Amino acid sequence: MYWLPQHCQSGSRRRHKTLGDTMSDLIGKSVKRVEDNRLLKGEGKYTDDFNMPNQAIGVYVRSPHAHANLVSVDISAAEAMGGVIKIFTGKDIKDAGIVGSICGWQVDFKNGDTMKEPGHPILAVDKVRHVGDAVALVIAEDKGTAVDAAAAVEVNYEVLDAIVDPKAATQDGAPQVHDDVPNNTIFDWELGNKDETDAAFENAHHVTELSYHNQKLVPNAIEPRAALAYFDSNDDKYTLYTTSQNPHLARLIIAAFVLSIPEHKLRVIAPDVGGGFGSKIFTYNDECGVLWASKQIGRPVKWTADRTEAFFTDCHGRDHVTDAKMALDADGNITGLRTKTYASLGAYLSNFSTCVPTYLHGTLMQGLYTSPAVHVDVTAVVTNTVPVDALRGAGRPEATFSIERLVDTAAREIGMDPAEFRLKNFIPPFDGVKQEGYQTQVALQYDSGNYEGALKKALKNADYENLKKERAAARSDGKLMGIGFSTYIEACGIAPSAVVGSLGARVGLYDAASIRVHPTGKVTLYVGAHSHGQGHETTFAQIVADSLGIGMDDVNVLHGDTENVPFGMGTYGSRSLAVCGSAIMKSVDKVKEKGARIAAHKLECTPEDLEFVSGSWTVKGTDKSVGFGDVCLTAYVPHDYPENEEPGLDFSSFYDPANFVYPFGAHICVVEIDKDTGEVKIIRYIAVDDAGNIINPMIVEGQVHGGVAHGIGQALYEGAVYDDSGQLLNASMLDYCIPRADNMPFFETDHTVTPCPHNPLGVKGIGEAGTIASTPAVVNAVIDALSDYGVKDLQMPLVPQRVWAAMQQAK
Amino acid sequence: MMKVSMTVNGTTYEHDVEPRTLLVQHLREDMGLTGTHVGCDTSSCGACTIIVNGETVKSCTLLAVQCDGAEIKTIEGMSTNGELHPIQESFREKHGLQCGFCTPGMVMSSWQLLERNPKPSEHEIRHAIEGNFCRCTGYHNIVKAVQDAATKL
Repeated sequence: MYWLPQHCQSGSRRRHKTLGDTMSDLIGKSVKRVEDNRLLKGEGKYTDDFNMPNQAIGVYVRSPHAHANLVSVDISAAEAMGGVIKIFTGKDIKDAGIVGSICGWQVDFKNGDTMKEPGHPILAVDKVRHVGDAVALVIAEDKGTAVDAAAAVEVNYEVLDAIVDPKAATQDGAPQVHDDVPNNTIFDWELGNKDETDAAFENAHHVTELSYHNQKLVPNAIEPRAALAYFDSNDDKYTLYTTSQNPHLARLIIAAFVLSIPEHKLRVIAPDVGGGFGSKIFTYNDECGVLWASKQIGRPVKWTADRTEAFFTDCHGRDHVTDAKMALDADGNITGLRTKTYASLGAYLSNFSTCVPTYLHGTLMQGLYTSPAVHVDVTAVVTNTVPVDALRGAGRPEATFSIERLVDTAAREIGMDPAEFRLKNFIPPFDGVKQEGYQTQVALQYDSGNYEGALKKALKNADYENLKKERAAARSDGKLMGIGFSTYIEACGIAPSAVVGSLGARVGLYDAASIRVHPTGKVTLYVGAHSHGQGHETTFAQIVADSLGIGMDDVNVLHGDTENVPFGMGTYGSRSLAVCGSAIMKSVDKVKEKGARIAAHKLECTPEDLEFVSGSWTVKGTDKSVGFGDVCLTAYVPHDYPENEEPGLDFSSFYDPANFVYPFGAHICVVEIDKDTGEVKIIRYIAVDDAGNIINPMIVEGQVHGGVAHGIGQALYEGAVYDDSGQLLNASMLDYCIPRADNMPFFETDHTVTPCPHNPLGVKGIGEAGTIASTPAVVNAVIDALSDYGVKDLQMPLVPQRVWAAMQQAK
Repeated sequence: MMKVSMTVNGTTYEHDVEPRTLLVQHLREDMGLTGTHVGCDTSSCGACTIIVNGETVKSCTLLAVQCDGAEIKTIEGMSTNGELHPIQESFREKHGLQCGFCTPGMVMSSWQLLERNPKPSEHEIRHAIEGNFCRCTGYHNIVKAVQDAATKL
């Protein structure tokens, strides 16, 4: 497959208003967050804060080995301990006919063979495949007893050789993670035009090459995953409180695929959630096991991961081993780009693991550049490591890292300024309305962009000319100062459903919003998106209040409970505002349409005679008007009412986008390196991002800050370290370096606005942009700082000893 | 089981606890004060930071029995009659929180810093909260919030 015509649709093009030009003071304003009061007082309610009468505690027994045959599991001593209620093993779950969690995206081999899809039992039956693989579930009266009993379960393992390296995993003779997955290969896949790319490299004036490991990252949301499950035998109904970014998808997967229970008899509640970053998108076996167990013992069961358990079970991110090449002509134009990646999916296929190294990675490989030939080749493998799935950015950071490292390296190699090189190779500006969207060589059609606008603003904000002088002065003083660039594009709000379905997705990717307007003119909004830090309760209220001309206090936003909210796909991939926000606008439009009919009746005119301004329907050109509140009351007290009109103002809408949205931006990082220790210090970080129209700048900037910090973490500090036996050597917050306050600078953020042409708010997404951009910006800055040493590349994370060793070797 | 008594946010609690019960468990499970969070098991993340006898501590590093007779303040005791403490108010003003999970610990560590050093530099603020992990904010707005709080206290 070289070309995907389904992707080329640009969808409906509409020119939308610039937000805020006609409305209240809410859009584009840094409204303080609605959710903060409870969170600041310690009155937020996270999953582990809930308890039920008569609840028991679950603790999983987990494998200490990365790869082993399960010879025996003896629970007799543990089960005899006081306070132990029940212990389940893999055999119990298997005998109950329960399969484990599933993969939600099918990516087939190049030759058309079906993707390998090894099973993932809730509790291991005959083999364990990564450290932390669950072997038994202990249920006891309290946590202490459960932990003691888990330690008393005697498991006899026959330890096998393990495989950790994604490339080595494909070699003949490598340890086999699953018997039914030869050479540990789940699929191979390619995108782009191979022949043209071959030709570009044959005719190249200059070729830049890099090889690297985009290292495995551990998500480390500060709230560990947790579940509180309850089965009510009176009405055969399950309830699951859990740390989910998408409770409806969890309900669907658990009900329809894992436990085979009627969907309407399962209520999933994701209350306040303490960060996700992708790791809480997925429906994990652990939560399913607890839910199943609650029915078996007839009592509520609670399970909360401890941190090391989170290291062993939360899906990791990245883990790509890549060779990347860029071809240039004699004038410094990019003529071709090629990558070959071995992507580890870990020991089992998590829900969206397969789309991350393919449709979220290969499709972004053209970046912002007019490269006429691009070819991406990916081999996805299983290894004896914790499963890998989406982590903040998900595939797009890996693609951006490849491109942006190549671009900075190529510019250096041909002696051109990296900013000038980018400006020379950028796709020219296009707004998606007057100019068509931009069709790439790797299937996507970008919606709108002004890439040089973002970079020029970043150069101005950085005062680049002066910065270069500072760098020269620093170097002449013997200091190591470097400037690094990253100009990125990302694709978020994955859509439309028909296209992603044709590419193997087993779900739709729309979202939903119901609006319930009350008789007194107050509004309750029910959304399918889930907020775990993004501030939806504020941003969504802003757009509703603004559209209906009412106050923020008049709108209440509810999310996270499948019993109340419509079936939405949750929050990930920076999709909430672009997709769910659009569904909200559809429902708001329906309220306004019906409201106009009621208002027209009251004003004895037609709806076409009316305009809706500042919360009132007014007869155009007159002072005759009726307010939103009056219309709401009339809708519910319909004494004097339009004929054939139903009472009420209650609407639900689904929105399936016409295309992805494509935020972009330019980041500049300035570093100084301590010559004696190799420690990298970021002294300035300048970011210009374009996420289309902005509803709440404060929240947008906050998303950029957090995203940038996450990407800096990958560049300088983070990475899962495995030994050859598959042990995760840094499985605690003591050993795994999460960025701290004293590692970070203040960030200098700014934005440009290029509205999305195909959604009603003209918005894109911002949750992952910082992470996608910052990692290569930091690495490029470090390499720039080390350029006098002749260092051309270093493997992440750029910890002091690695930087120091590179300097010593160069000496 | 051992009997322990402590005053938390002005209320005296008496419980029988297992000797191995952590202070944070005691607060969350026996007293229902769930504003204090647990994010790790190595005293690294700081989400469980509270004030014991005027000093901030990570409440996962102490046993409940070690705190017999102690005077404790948790995040639930920071606001007064529903009104946010100035530090909490600054976190809200400066968008110093997103998911909110690290926030109670951050507020407590910020309180201790400002008690000891009413006019801290940026460097001193970053140093003071380095034992509290936040994955959402990049710390930018948390530092801004502490700077803002310093002007109010």
